[in-house]
Amino acid sequence: MTSNVKVTMIRPTSGWVSLKLRELWEYRELLYFLTWRDVKVRYKQTALGAAWAIIQPFFTMIVFSLFFGRLAGVPSDGIPYPIFSYAALVPWTFFAHGLAQSSDSLVNSANLVKKVYFPRLVMPIASVTGGAVDFALAFLVLLGMMLYFGILPTWNIIWLPLLLLLALVTSLGVGLWLTTLNVQYRDVRYVVPFLTQLWLFATPVAYPSSLLPEPWRTLYGLNPMVGVVEGFRWALLGTNNTPKPVILASSLAALLLLVSGAMYFRRLEKTFADVV
Amino acid sequence: MRDSLADIATAPLSRLMHFLRRQPVTGAGETIWALDGLSFEVKRGEVVGIIGRNGAGKSTLLKILSRITEPTQGYAEMHGRVGSLLEVGTGFHPELTGRENIYLNGAILGMRKVEIESKFDEIVAFSGVEKFIDTPVKHYSSGMYLRLAFAVAAHLEPEILLVDEVLAVGDLEFQKKCLGKMQDVGKHGRTVLFVSHNMQAVSSLCHRAILLDGGKIAADGVVEEVVSKYLRWGTNTTGEVKWQFDNAPANDVARLIRIRACDEQAVTRDSFDIRKPIGVEIEYQVVKPNIWFTPSIQVANELGVLLFNSAAQIDPDWENCYPEPGLYRSTCWIPGNFLAEGLLTVRVTLWGFSRPPHKGVVVHDAVMFHVYDNIEGDSVRGRTTGGYPGVVRPKLEWTTEMMDPPDRKTPSGLDLKSGLSVRTLF
Repeated sequence: MTSNVKVTMIRPTSGWVSLKLRELWEYRELLYFLTWRDVKVRYKQTALGAAWAIIQPFFTMIVFSLFFGRLAGVPSDGIPYPIFSYAALVPWTFFAHGLAQSSDSLVNSANLVKKVYFPRLVMPIASVTGGAVDFALAFLVLLGMMLYFGILPTWNIIWLPLLLLLALVTSLGVGLWLTTLNVQYRDVRYVVPFLTQLWLFATPVAYPSSLLPEPWRTLYGLNPMVGVVEGFRWALLGTNNTPKPVILASSLAALLLLVSGAMYFRRLEKTFADVV
Repeated sequence: MRDSLADIATAPLSRLMHFLRRQPVTGAGETIWALDGLSFEVKRGEVVGIIGRNGAGKSTLLKILSRITEPTQGYAEMHGRVGSLLEVGTGFHPELTGRENIYLNGAILGMRKVEIESKFDEIVAFSGVEKFIDTPVKHYSSGMYLRLAFAVAAHLEPEILLVDEVLAVGDLEFQKKCLGKMQDVGKHGRTVLFVSHNMQAVSSLCHRAILLDGGKIAADGVVEEVVSKYLRWGTNTTGEVKWQFDNAPANDVARLIRIRACDEQAVTRDSFDIRKPIGVEIEYQVVKPNIWFTPSIQVANELGVLLFNSAAQIDPDWENCYPEPGLYRSTCWIPGNFLAEGLLTVRVTLWGFSRPPHKGVVVHDAVMFHVYDNIEGDSVRGRTTGGYPGVVRPKLEWTTEMMDPPDRKTPSGLDLKSGLSVRTLF
């Protein structure tokens, strides 16, 4: 009779709290539903619908090509500038979107946090995964552009999912830090657009990282998005600039961000329902 | 299977804010213990009502048991799947359709996708919004919204159900539906903790109630007694009052000694089953002889409406009585199935008519008692839940007969010409 009865113990926790990944797995259906909700809601009642996913990176690419590529004459590793920047903008947009959504996720769902129990980590994760559909659409356009410029993908394309994962891990890691801070200090949500913009210029989207001499270039990889962006270009367009050490540095940095972000989040999780 | 709960919990919000603002926590700050030294155990299948004034800690208790807030001290142990209904319609998104929201809300409440799918039709049928299930909920009326939200929540089938005041919103029909569903839940052997301000709902649904006050348990026991205690909170009146010789209400004719409400076994009580007779017993001393004398009672309900007045002069042994000085005990018997449910107050007067002006020893609010209905079926309300009108609730006799029956037989061959006489007691 008592064999498969679920027993819940409620106790106060203190200090660093375990991540409870198993519980997160149990709630995977909720994660799916929340992601599905975000995607659905974003496209309902919009005139352009799915086109928004493409408009943002595409028009940014056009502006960059005009001003950085043509007027400023920024080098582009031997490939046409438009596709050079667009291939970077696609994962960048995914990252920026994930960052913006996850940093606001707890405050936006305050009523859920106050009334229902679920592992709170589900919220920022769902915000980040919600950008997957947008990414897929923008990626299709990227493939179209590659066709137009006559560039064939290399075998390195198999690394693409991992690179996308790297972008996800980065945006989640930073998002966790920001959302935890946002619950306590509401000015964080105003910092995010500014932070994103600075970060865009600190990442080699509009220019190549080969502008930097070697020891600095690998160090530059500590910005995880450098690894993502250069990796994308290397995998899809075959730029021959040995990004491996950079990607390694980026992965390390991203992992650090994720783990520290998750731990900080979990540590303050017990205050969320009262403070949000 | 038991749920055993031992809780000392707190939500020191002010302290938290001090920490977050990095202000030093000096003694000037005040720590508020929302729950303090609370400890109780609920067995499987019990339906327990949690009542108390606003701010007593009821919602905090449920929040802790739902794992939304963490206790600062103490622990709670729950055996079984827990479902929490702290709010109806949590997570509903106005842009999504009813169908989509059912899935979303179900997932938020903890149902698996397959579970939602299998119960989908039942949920839609219960809510009564089949026609609009594919319209975005922002177009729903508030009634439809609530019904749909409750329909999803009602099909949550955890072993332990925590419900917080969801009956406070919604029209009468919605409340009736909620109560009905919750009765079903209780009957299926689930454990329920039900927080509410609706004493009638608590009395009819729960067997046991816990009264919270200032974060502590003020009472824990049979629901009628706990509800009774809550209802008469702030008054000093109970089922019995007695006086010392010196401060007893008196005049030159008589002096009161004791007044109490009791049942047929002469046990003093402050809560009574609606079907049982209630005795108001008055002990007094007659001082002056040759006075036309009678004790009387007046009974009023919670709203102050005077229900009736009754005096001992109707007692055949009392008629035209001029009692000798001495100690007396008069009891007035209020029959069962006469009073309505609620809190009733009794005023006692000892009338002595010697010459005008008539003099009487009066005690307002002498005793107070609570009348409840178990909804076991043989009282006037039978098994109906919800509000039942009337300041009194007598069990009257009804007779029904069919008038002027047509000259034909029914399909079963019954000859209706003979007429039907149905006698019912309602």
